Amino acid sequence: MKDVKISIKNLNLYYGTKQALKNISLNIPSKQVTAFIGPSGCGKSTFLRTLNRMNDLIDSVNITGEVLIDGIDIYDKSLDVVNLRKRVGMVFQKSNLFPKSVFENLVFGLRLNGIRDKNILLETAETTCKQAAIWDEVKDRLNEPALSLSGGQQQRLCIARALAVKPEILLMDEPASALDPISTAKIEELIHDLKTKYTIVIVTHNMQQAARVSDLTAFFYIGELIEYDKTTKIFTNPSFKQTEDYVTGRFG
Amino acid sequence: MELTKKKRDVSGFLLISSTRILFFFLILILLVLIGKIFIEGIGIISLEFIFDEPKNNMTEGGIGPAIFGTIAVTVVMVLFAVPLGVFAAIYLSEYAKDSFFYRIIRTSINNLAGIPSIVFGLFGLGFFILFIGKNLDEVLETGLLFGQPALLWASSTLAVLVLPIVIISTLEALNSVPKSHRDASYGLGASKWQTIKSVVLPQARPGILTGTILAISRGVGETAPILFLGCAFFLPSLPVADLCIWGYCIPMINPTEQFMYLAYHIFILATQSSNPTKSLPLQYGATLVLIALTILLNITAILFRYKFRKSLGRN
Ligand SMILES: Nc1ncnc2c1ncn2[C@@H]1O[C@H](COP(=O)(O)OP(=O)(O)OP(=O)(O)O)[C@@H](O)[C@H]1O
Ligand SMILES: [Mg+2]
Repeated sequence: MKDVKISIKNLNLYYGTKQALKNISLNIPSKQVTAFIGPSGCGKSTFLRTLNRMNDLIDSVNITGEVLIDGIDIYDKSLDVVNLRKRVGMVFQKSNLFPKSVFENLVFGLRLNGIRDKNILLETAETTCKQAAIWDEVKDRLNEPALSLSGGQQQRLCIARALAVKPEILLMDEPASALDPISTAKIEELIHDLKTKYTIVIVTHNMQQAARVSDLTAFFYIGELIEYDKTTKIFTNPSFKQTEDYVTGRFG
Repeated sequence: MELTKKKRDVSGFLLISSTRILFFFLILILLVLIGKIFIEGIGIISLEFIFDEPKNNMTEGGIGPAIFGTIAVTVVMVLFAVPLGVFAAIYLSEYAKDSFFYRIIRTSINNLAGIPSIVFGLFGLGFFILFIGKNLDEVLETGLLFGQPALLWASSTLAVLVLPIVIISTLEALNSVPKSHRDASYGLGASKWQTIKSVVLPQARPGILTGTILAISRGVGETAPILFLGCAFFLPSLPVADLCIWGYCIPMINPTEQFMYLAYHIFILATQSSNPTKSLPLQYGATLVLIALTILLNITAILFRYKFRKSLGRN
């Protein structure tokens, strides 16, 4: 595999005494879309959250193993988590815009970094909105409450907000699961465009979506990585029976 | 079968109707109380009554200094209680781990709200005046300045009294901020404090404000805790002193003075008047002002909470 961006080695994760991820190893390539699929509760979100250490926020979590980004262990004691999360952006299943204006949502990450210059803020807001294909819809509504946007617009604004921090990696946890087909198509198109600049990891329950947007697909089952391969291979000629049953919808 | 169902219906009916009757009585008592005070008190209310000082051994004049004293004490109380309470709540909800120690603190806060207020008065006298005040005087060599009853100590004691109100309502407000908003903030690379400051606190602000208002309305109605702490029968001057910085002087609340207090003033009018018939209307007037003040504060708090709930319901 060319150009590994994230390398996970023997990762185990426990919620208290319950093991949620079992000895997972895989390499995620740079500037590609990698999809995680698997039945509900198999640990996809948990795994995604280990990649930007969001699981640190849960007291009961214990992790062993290594996650290397550009060869550096992100669980190293000396690593700055805040800085890591700026490099590894995240989009959540349910849009979680702040009850602030559209503009304030967009520049939230910049303000965290102490950027006050109105021109820079506006410029970033515009470029990231264009990247997230939402500029035309919000350019006249920057000062309106973000929560007055439609669900699909909110989710794309979340993506724009994440992009504004200029991450290298974008983690998306079922970003389109609550959206209508048109909004979903927009987001898929967007993922396709973003691939040129970002390494994207996406969790999805939608097989067609995984097949459409991703280059590589990883299939998880009860905390284990069963199969990880090129998306075309996973969907046409999987090596394992479990994978085949899942992608063909024989269990779910 | 038939019988038991009937029976349950009867007891249910009895329970509901007796509750209704009790409820009705409660409202009636409240209405009579407020109505009586309003009718008797409204006649005397005027600008002079609000701003003038008591005259002629408290049988004439107004309640100006008592109102001023109440506001002054309350302002200083808020300055102590709100920052302390808010930070305590932030610590408890965002930083403290669920430990034995933590649970003791939580229990203490809840129980603090149930202590009789006179106990707070004695605590204030013992702790603030005799311990802190006396020692301050000794260390700062100020003579007898802090080690005596004064507005500062009354406000401090009331602050301790209302602290649980502030802490509990702030905790409630902090807990109502959705986890998804915190996740969003952390996900964008915010530190814990940045998340609290720019996501959690702005959303909790109306709740904190509600707590503050409730604390104020509790504070202005109290008499017992400040009885020994500088609350005066009558004072010829307001607890004010000029604060001068670089030659500019502005009149400020002087926290080392004694003060008059509306709730205490009512008590004085009722019990210590030289001519009860003449001071009775004054007493009604003062009571009306106090009640109007607390009701107004409570309504504001309710409105805030309503607005707060509504803004939360939107997402
Ligand atoms: N905070 C938590 N505390 C304890 N257990 C948890 C926690 N979060 C998740 N789990 C458990 O870990 C396992 C994996 O959960 P996870 O959310 O990662 O699944 P998922 O694959 O994302 O599922 P879905 O497709 O439904 O989103 C589940 O059994 C879940 O119950
Ligand atoms: Mg999930």
